[in-house]
Amino acid sequence: MLDHELVNQTLSVAMSTGGEFAEVFVEDKRSSSALLDDGRVEELTSGRDRGAGIRVVVGGSTGFAHTADLSESGLANAASAAAAAARGAGQPGTTVEVSAITDSRGNNVLIAPEDVAKATKVELLTVADAAARAEGGAVSQVSARYGDSRRRILVANSDGLLAEDDQVRTLFSVSCVATGDTGMQTGRESVGRTIGFELFDQTDVGEMAQHAARRAITKLSAQPAPSGAMTVVVGPGGGGVLFHEACGHGLEADLVAKSASVFANRVGEQVASPLVTLIDDGTMAGEWGHFGIDDEGQPAGQNVLIEDGVLTDYMWDRLRARNEGRTSSGNGRRQSYQHLPMVRMTNTYIGKGTDDPAEIVASTESGVYVAQLGGGQVNTATGDFVFGMTEAYLIENGEITSPIREGNLIGNGPEVLMGIDALGDDFAMGHPGMCGKDGQGVPVGDGTPTLRVKSLTVGGTAA
Amino acid sequence: MSDLARALVARAEGDEQIEACVERVRRTEVRVHGGEVESLTEAESHGVGVRVVIDGREGTSSCGSFDSELVDGLLSDARDNAGFASPDDRAGIAGPDGHPVTKRAEPGPGFSATSSAEKIDLALAVERRALDLDPRVRGVRAAVYGDQQVERAVVTSTGIEAEVSAARGALSTSVIIDDIDGGTRTGYAVDAGSDPSDLDPEKVATLSVQRGLQLLGATSISSGRLPVILPSRIAASVIGLVGSMLSGERVVKGRTPFAGRLGAAVAASALTLFDDPTDSRSITASELDGEGLACRVVPLIDSGTLEGYLHDTKSARGLGESGTGSAVRTARSSPSPGFRSLHVAAGSGDLDSLIADIGDGLLVLTLQGLHSGVNQVSGDFSAGVEGIRIRGGVLTEPVREATLAGSIPRMLLDIARVGADVEHLPGGSSVPSMTMGPMAIGGSDPR
Repeated sequence: MLDHELVNQTLSVAMSTGGEFAEVFVEDKRSSSALLDDGRVEELTSGRDRGAGIRVVVGGSTGFAHTADLSESGLANAASAAAAAARGAGQPGTTVEVSAITDSRGNNVLIAPEDVAKATKVELLTVADAAARAEGGAVSQVSARYGDSRRRILVANSDGLLAEDDQVRTLFSVSCVATGDTGMQTGRESVGRTIGFELFDQTDVGEMAQHAARRAITKLSAQPAPSGAMTVVVGPGGGGVLFHEACGHGLEADLVAKSASVFANRVGEQVASPLVTLIDDGTMAGEWGHFGIDDEGQPAGQNVLIEDGVLTDYMWDRLRARNEGRTSSGNGRRQSYQHLPMVRMTNTYIGKGTDDPAEIVASTESGVYVAQLGGGQVNTATGDFVFGMTEAYLIENGEITSPIREGNLIGNGPEVLMGIDALGDDFAMGHPGMCGKDGQGVPVGDGTPTLRVKSLTVGGTAA
Repeated sequence: MSDLARALVARAEGDEQIEACVERVRRTEVRVHGGEVESLTEAESHGVGVRVVIDGREGTSSCGSFDSELVDGLLSDARDNAGFASPDDRAGIAGPDGHPVTKRAEPGPGFSATSSAEKIDLALAVERRALDLDPRVRGVRAAVYGDQQVERAVVTSTGIEAEVSAARGALSTSVIIDDIDGGTRTGYAVDAGSDPSDLDPEKVATLSVQRGLQLLGATSISSGRLPVILPSRIAASVIGLVGSMLSGERVVKGRTPFAGRLGAAVAASALTLFDDPTDSRSITASELDGEGLACRVVPLIDSGTLEGYLHDTKSARGLGESGTGSAVRTARSSPSPGFRSLHVAAGSGDLDSLIADIGDGLLVLTLQGLHSGVNQVSGDFSAGVEGIRIRGGVLTEPVREATLAGSIPRMLLDIARVGADVEHLPGGSSVPSMTMGPMAIGGSDPR
């Protein structure tokens, strides 16, 4: 992506004011998307982003600059700006030599999206539209979106690392509106994987559209969600968002280091029910949060964060790891070359339990069954988090009964983790998500078996 | 920038319409922690977007660079994309509509003329002050200074040539406070302005600490229904949701409960809402919208009656209404209708009088999870809430880990009072405190 000599020169400029560490991150990303909405194919768009982000570290301070100009002078200017921003102490510069590529990952894509005709992509949208509308007259609106991206990155740093990766992601989603006497309701279904167009050999977009439409139609007869604390059973795949918010963010080493996490200084302690083993795994091939190397050049890792309820480790990026004299766990990620890397999750999941999922529901006298979760949010310092339920039902006398309207659930991370009292022997990955932190979004995956939380506060309107 | 946009548009062939948008963004971000600079970012980014409409079919393409190698291919990409779109009567690049432009002062050189060292000092001052204010402040998650200067040119084959520039900066912090029970509370505050001198570290530190301290000793609450008071900044988030739901594009596509309700009483008569990007007191004010048309006052709700929607050219065509100059966009995204500077007309009384007046209720201090708990199609509203219980018109115990739920159309009809304390908020809206309700509160007590 960039000539090695140019990489060396750029790093040398970056180190010229006495930096302790310098890094150049080059990114070339192509993306395309198409939207079918209101019966029409619209918003066909393609985009291209190419540039480099350069950071220089001096003591605890990082200087950062980025440029879309990958010429020798453009890179030198950015490197100087980053060096100046780091306010180097003026030590004589070090010459950096990155000799050979230390790590180069290709993608294992079977069908590169860029080789697929646009007409074929558009055809997927029309199939989804027709399938959703075939679910009946209550379906008043359908929108289907196709998107793909290919992101090639190169990371080189003053420690001599030179690594490359080639990340291809493909995404498809369907959103439906159903209209009835009770107003309008929505249903959504999405699939996203770090693979190419072969996604559609594994996924039937018509079936996805049916699910989305049925979800919206079902909710037309939904009753108001209850309000207050109650037992919550989350279906397979659904609970990922819960863990992402309840403890995932709190286990990010940058927040831990600032005491901005309720999980700070708790390694070795029981922080969750003994049923819980939580793993963050960037190596899960094909999953939405998968990559070969992270955005600091570290190979993706499989990191056990909580084992049998005991906190074993946090997630680390290069900077935070260096401060602690350890290596990065492969969790240094950034939205683009225009952003600084920080500690981020990849694919976060809970290992299987031993309970029969049907038995988990049957043994719950009353509560809420959440089949699909929406997004969430957490205050890592207090541990208080919320997440939305987009498909949920009442549990009455051990049976899943009436659908309920959408709403948020709220809980406190440490309390909720201790309150998990059943874990199914099933497992599913959830929907592709974009996780936001300090204004940066990165793709993340998650997965869980069916699980039960003794008490969460459901934010409905029913008394 | 206009030259680059003009050159792209000059390549229009036959009946095709072309819009080119060229954008330059300069930004600085300083994050400090523990009295030291954690990171300093100084960067400039570029964007070029091309939109083509041929026989009612629209295609777009964009790149993040002025590099001719990337820019040159945009037009053919966009044309190619347009070939796969369905024809749409509503499609078409905006043309000049003759609406007069309300001039506003050019942004000053403030942010460019201020050194990084001074910007760093602002962030450091926030952190230092917050730590000094109260011994219970254990730390600061981050004190952040950020500024952004945007220059954008929009040129079309239909006769529009528009240039806008905007500058804004913000100073924010989130403080971490030790609670009596060994727990932790946090307080967040932000200040924004169009010049560095507008940013007040003392104000940011004081407000963030105050907001955290207000929640000391907070516990959950029993479930039930209570009227609520939304201070201006919280009321502004709810009003922002209403603004999104009044997007003409949503109305055209039937994705909002406010579709087809022009002239109907959609809110209590206490509520008058309009978008006014011409008010220079708003940080998000602008002369021109994303399609290069003049920004103007857009009446939305007048004493409770729905008066209008926010339109770009396409959504206005869809409803057969006049455009409102409300297109928002970046060079990398197509225009869509949206609000810039929502204003709620002042009622009477300040926050204290609202509290005294409500008798029994909840003063809302934070709302969490609006992105996951609000459905703008159904109108369902559910959020995590922190606040202070009001009894007999007096603030009593703080509350956390509770939920607040209702529906947005119902909430608007249930507005009981609108205060006179209109605040020009960092997000660009100008909104007073409000009393609403009663709404459903979910607490920790088992059902």
